[in-house]
Amino acid sequence: MFENIDTSLVDWSRGQFALTAMYHWIFVPLTLGLSFIIAIMESLYVKTGQEEWKKITKFWMTLFGINFAIGVATGIILEFEFGTNWSNYSWFVGDIFGAPLAIEGIMAFFLESTFIAVMFFGWNKVSRKFHLVSTWLVAFGANLSALWILVANAWMQNPVGMHFNPDTARNEMLNFWEVLLSPVAISKFIHTITSGYVLAAIFVIGISSWYLLRSRENLLAKRSILIAAVFGILSSVMLIFSGDGSARQIAHIQPMKFAALEGLYNGQEGAGLVAIGVMATAPGDTNSRNVKDFTFSLEIPNFLSYMAYGKFDAFVPGVNDLVDGNPQRGIMSVAEKMERGRFARESLALLKNARDNGDSATYNQIKARFSDDTFKENYFRYFGYGFLDNPESVIPNVPVAFYSFHIMVGLGFYFALLMIFVLYYLYKDKLENKRFLLRLSVFTIPLAYIASQAGWVLAEMGRQPWVIQDLLPTMAAISHINTTTVQITFWLFAVLFTALLIAELSIMFKQIKIGPK
Amino acid sequence: MFESLSYLALQQYWWAIISLLGSLLVFLLFVQGGQTLIYTLGKNEKERTILVNSLGRKWEFTFTTLVTFGGAFFASFPLFYSTSFGGAYWVWIAILFCFIIQAVSYEFRSKPANVFGPRTFETFLFINGALGTILLGTAIGTFFTGSQFSVDLANITQVNDPVISRWETPYRGLEAALNIQNVSLGLTVFFLARILGILYFLNNVEQPDIHVRAKKSLLRNTIPFLVVFLTFVVLLLTRKGFAVDPQTGSVYYENYKYLHNLFTMPVVAILFLTGTLLVLYGIVISLPGNTSKGIWFSGPGTVLVVFSLFCLAGYGNTAYYPSTFDLQSSLTIQNSSSSKYTLVTMSYVSLMVPFVLAYIFYAWRSINREKITEAEIQQESHLY
Repeated sequence: MFENIDTSLVDWSRGQFALTAMYHWIFVPLTLGLSFIIAIMESLYVKTGQEEWKKITKFWMTLFGINFAIGVATGIILEFEFGTNWSNYSWFVGDIFGAPLAIEGIMAFFLESTFIAVMFFGWNKVSRKFHLVSTWLVAFGANLSALWILVANAWMQNPVGMHFNPDTARNEMLNFWEVLLSPVAISKFIHTITSGYVLAAIFVIGISSWYLLRSRENLLAKRSILIAAVFGILSSVMLIFSGDGSARQIAHIQPMKFAALEGLYNGQEGAGLVAIGVMATAPGDTNSRNVKDFTFSLEIPNFLSYMAYGKFDAFVPGVNDLVDGNPQRGIMSVAEKMERGRFARESLALLKNARDNGDSATYNQIKARFSDDTFKENYFRYFGYGFLDNPESVIPNVPVAFYSFHIMVGLGFYFALLMIFVLYYLYKDKLENKRFLLRLSVFTIPLAYIASQAGWVLAEMGRQPWVIQDLLPTMAAISHINTTTVQITFWLFAVLFTALLIAELSIMFKQIKIGPK
Repeated sequence: MFESLSYLALQQYWWAIISLLGSLLVFLLFVQGGQTLIYTLGKNEKERTILVNSLGRKWEFTFTTLVTFGGAFFASFPLFYSTSFGGAYWVWIAILFCFIIQAVSYEFRSKPANVFGPRTFETFLFINGALGTILLGTAIGTFFTGSQFSVDLANITQVNDPVISRWETPYRGLEAALNIQNVSLGLTVFFLARILGILYFLNNVEQPDIHVRAKKSLLRNTIPFLVVFLTFVVLLLTRKGFAVDPQTGSVYYENYKYLHNLFTMPVVAILFLTGTLLVLYGIVISLPGNTSKGIWFSGPGTVLVVFSLFCLAGYGNTAYYPSTFDLQSSLTIQNSSSSKYTLVTMSYVSLMVPFVLAYIFYAWRSINREKITEAEIQQESHLY
């Protein structure tokens, strides 16, 4: 059935997109958070007039500039890859997805790129206040840019505010505000940007700790830690609350992802939350579902039910319930969804035939079907399932989802604790003596990046096989290119990005060693 | 406000926005043109640093305009995005590579421990300036000469092969380089970018030796520019074009289509001629005297010329992205656009464009009051 779809092409296309997205995401969170930290520092300079604050601002601004440039370089690829590698996707949902990308350019990128020039080159050319406003506008521009791309991503996870137009064979926007203000988009935006703020805070604290360990730049280091720790702790509170909200939304709109992130195969009432666990292939498991079990786990009883539905005894469906269906719980099987998806797809094919043959009676009859709420609710919403050939293909990689979720959450709580300790000892004026804490802060910098990447791995790999939840699987979203072409560009991107990353890290380390001017 | 407009009017409005963004992009390619002249105009490290820093304060505008051009095209004409980017894969990937290497080069070039050395990043800037402009111009050339692709929206119902748009040659867009008209447009953009780069340096840099070399270089670039530009114009106005029957939407060949478009759309003809004269006037006044104002004529002239070329491609019942493989797969502003609702929504967003242009102008003026000299560079804390 799938003889013409080259699954290796889908995999390489996914791999290329993942490669560019993950490289891009190395640099973006620091831009999001550091821009605000710099703006706060410069505000203190303008308010107090102390040259030390200006020196601190300029130092962090130098690191910001190095990071920003490579973020821009990796970002341009992502926008155009939707066309180059996902051309079917670009048409099928471009009517909705393209708008946030264009708005991002008009509203955010120009704001960022215009005022970043003032921020770097305007110190001796514009007034202090204009310069400060420019720095704040760069921070708002960067975060506004994140808003639009995250709105677009949230829509892929939870498509709302649109309908399917059978004549154009694509989804079309019906309500812009529903797309923009979707609860999933709001949670995703808050959770993602605050994760960037925490990463930036850890970055500033880590580098400042390195100076304190070497008894260098003490004033810069302590002031930077003060700003970053307060900023980071406040952001952590938002991060935890928005993360909790996101988990509840996932349980409702992407129950398979939710089951996977907890490694829950069989649904339970009063399901427990695995705080720590190690997964392995279940003993004696020979079926193709490749069920994983925990060789070790620490579980908080009933907490998963509470996290998902606000009740300690609520039923949380597992992977098996979602694939096989669970009539008692009102869960439809994937096989049934595939049948309904096929019917929706075949209806579209019949419509096309009727139009080509000039059979207006059949055409009108089928067209009316696509406007009928019952058809939309019971058939078209499963359109993407019509492309699947095996019910188990809706199962994402469970261990990847489980570990990425637990790494992200565990490290997130660790960062909050670390920042509280650092702030406490700074307040007590004992931080310089806490050398273990300072060393820990330095070594925490890479952990912040790992947590940040893990969040995106969960978000994107956890929703496989869907590029648009329930409507379009990745295999139907590709471009008509051959695998070798994508393999070549994958390796070209990998080599280029790695070379640029090496240069970026080398420059960054050197600037940190040099210190403020 | 926009709701009252017809669907066609909205499609035409968005083609105008795309045309404006495209024409601003070509003007801003003066950064790329300037990058190809760093070693021609700068004979020592100090001079090269002046030139790089002069361009470095503007490169992000070009980059951002390119990204916004792409985003706006995606939002308003998604079938083009789907067909061209997924089809002419190698051309677009090559263009992207040219811009990736530019983005880091300014920031990394003069920083200590940049691993690859300043020459590597200067080479990156040259590649971006030369290859980036030629490839962009060549790719836009296919708007008039056509490409080999097919589109069938019903493919989405085919489980075993659901891709709606297919490129029908294995060369993935590289075949555009075999067409003299495409190449002449690519070279036109390249030499125009260099001319604009020179005019920008004359305006922004205060360094006598650079000015002397810039004027010599201006003449050397103007001659080939005129040759390739005239070649492109003659080929464009004498070729058969891709006309659309407004009643049926079917596409057919029409001899002298783009010449006919000039006659049927006199405003476009006026824009084209005015723009061409402004470009030439900016060059002519910069060649002999000490004026630094050439960019203020050639820049807007470029915008007018490119805008009028986009109008020729998309308006007047013309297929703006024609298919020579299957004429009826050609893209027009009617058959490739977003829905009316999306175009209306995006039209409200487009009202921000004048505001964006205003703050860019204000901020740009604020940091450009002083010309770039050796002394100015020495005072600057952030150097490229």
